[in-house]
Amino acid sequence: MKKLINDPGKTVDEGLAGFAAAHPDLVRLIVDPPFAVVRADAPLNGKVGIVSGGGSGHEPLHAGFVGPGMLDAAVPGAMFTSPTPDPILEATRQVSAGAGVLHIVKNYTGDVLNFETAAELALAEGIEVQSVIVDDDVAVKDSLYTAGRRGVAGTLLVEKLAGAAAERGDSLDRVAEIARTVNSRVRSMGMALAPCTVPHAGEPSFQLAEDEVEIGIGIHGEPGRERIALEPADRIVDRLIEPILEDLPFQQGDRVVLLVNGMGGTPQSELYIVFRRAAEVLADRGIVLARSLVGSYVTSLEMQGVSLTLLQVDDDLLELYDAPVQTAALRWGR
Amino acid sequence: MGPVSTEGSVALDGAWTRRWIEAVAAEVSRRKAELTALDRAIGDADHGENLDRGFQAVLGKLDALDDGATPAAVLRLVATTLISTVGGAAGPLYGTAFLKASMAAGDRDALDAAALVEVLTAARDGIVARGKAESGDKTMVDAWTPAVEAASAAGDDVRAALAAAAEAAAEGAIATEPLVAHKGRASYLGERAVGHRDPGAESTALILAAAAETP
Repeated sequence: MKKLINDPGKTVDEGLAGFAAAHPDLVRLIVDPPFAVVRADAPLNGKVGIVSGGGSGHEPLHAGFVGPGMLDAAVPGAMFTSPTPDPILEATRQVSAGAGVLHIVKNYTGDVLNFETAAELALAEGIEVQSVIVDDDVAVKDSLYTAGRRGVAGTLLVEKLAGAAAERGDSLDRVAEIARTVNSRVRSMGMALAPCTVPHAGEPSFQLAEDEVEIGIGIHGEPGRERIALEPADRIVDRLIEPILEDLPFQQGDRVVLLVNGMGGTPQSELYIVFRRAAEVLADRGIVLARSLVGSYVTSLEMQGVSLTLLQVDDDLLELYDAPVQTAALRWGR
Repeated sequence: MGPVSTEGSVALDGAWTRRWIEAVAAEVSRRKAELTALDRAIGDADHGENLDRGFQAVLGKLDALDDGATPAAVLRLVATTLISTVGGAAGPLYGTAFLKASMAAGDRDALDAAALVEVLTAARDGIVARGKAESGDKTMVDAWTPAVEAASAAGDDVRAALAAAAEAAAEGAIATEPLVAHKGRASYLGERAVGHRDPGAESTALILAAAAETP
């Protein structure tokens, strides 16, 4: 394992300390209990607070999205491990401004259980909490026989649009409804060319031969639909976008936001090669590309790979997407 | 696991409970790489690390307990510490298990075999309620339920009950190997989970084996 770290046990702590030092205008770091990244000016009177979080290793998700127009707090757990209820509760308290707090939770058993516990504790303190579970990954089956679909890059769009709604002063019920609407209209699927290594584990999370790729990979390196021989980028894009289009389904005339997301170790140039093909497929289907976002936003450490995310939008959702946002990782419209 | 004596029953009092938890912490530390490797195969490669972090935190807090602490007090400390430090799914699940066990132990100074069965049953029921897994879903429930059943069939010798629970949990963990997972992260793997032992069932077997071996 070759990494730019000091101590495998301190990667999360030191990364967060650096993040807080780099962005004091946007955030403050809560270290007791560890850890919560809270918007510098929180709580904002009368505004619904928005808290998200989950295991570390997916940066800039979630701390990179704390700031005006998006999250009020992010709760990073240990590497690829859900945070415990204590820092989630503390973050909830710090952003509670009398209008209630929304928890945005990716659908993993640990995240759901820990956020659920924190929400119960917050409720006991008189803080109204609603929770929205994000489960946008079409690669895995949603059935009674699994833990349900995973939350992946679509989380970014749920956080952006719910954040914009909270910023303009929507009520908790309304913000939660918007978050659920976004989740119901967003679909994603990813793939990996090469695995990542969790620092304290010291070895790759999975093995792929030099000429193999994993289609439908999760953001923790969990296997997906199939392992196949490496193909040209366009063929791989087709394998990702078809299941997404079929799932909702997305139809001719729909307007969409297309997010091409790098998994951490993919060059920007390759993301645009992927984007080019995805846009071509959408045009062929008569689906209107309303907005585009290309970059590494929901990553899996240094995993080499990409995910595609499509969100079906109407004028209301587009207005929320376009609303100003000022965070470390996403900034526009101001 | 070596042979377990069922003779010379000791009282499962607060001091015993503390020795048991210390033994669990030592055993989790010793086997954390193995637990993480099981989790790497069908999960997200953090089970050993997470449990070790939790039980080391428990060790740090045990000293603060009174010498006369009841089993329930020790179990409650374990519960709150695990909930606060472990994260993942294991934190809330084991936290709930120890919390329900503590409530079942009540104000007893020591657990007899019947009380032990009550405590184990409460722990198992807590896990089922939190995680909503059933037997055969390839989770820690597949170690807990056989353990509860074996302990309750073992009669009124408390050491025999512990030994039976430990053995049944170990067998239950092994029996998760051919299963397809229906809960947790391994459920995404479908048939690909077959042939791998569930890490949570294995850590349950570890915890109960430590109980059976604690003098």
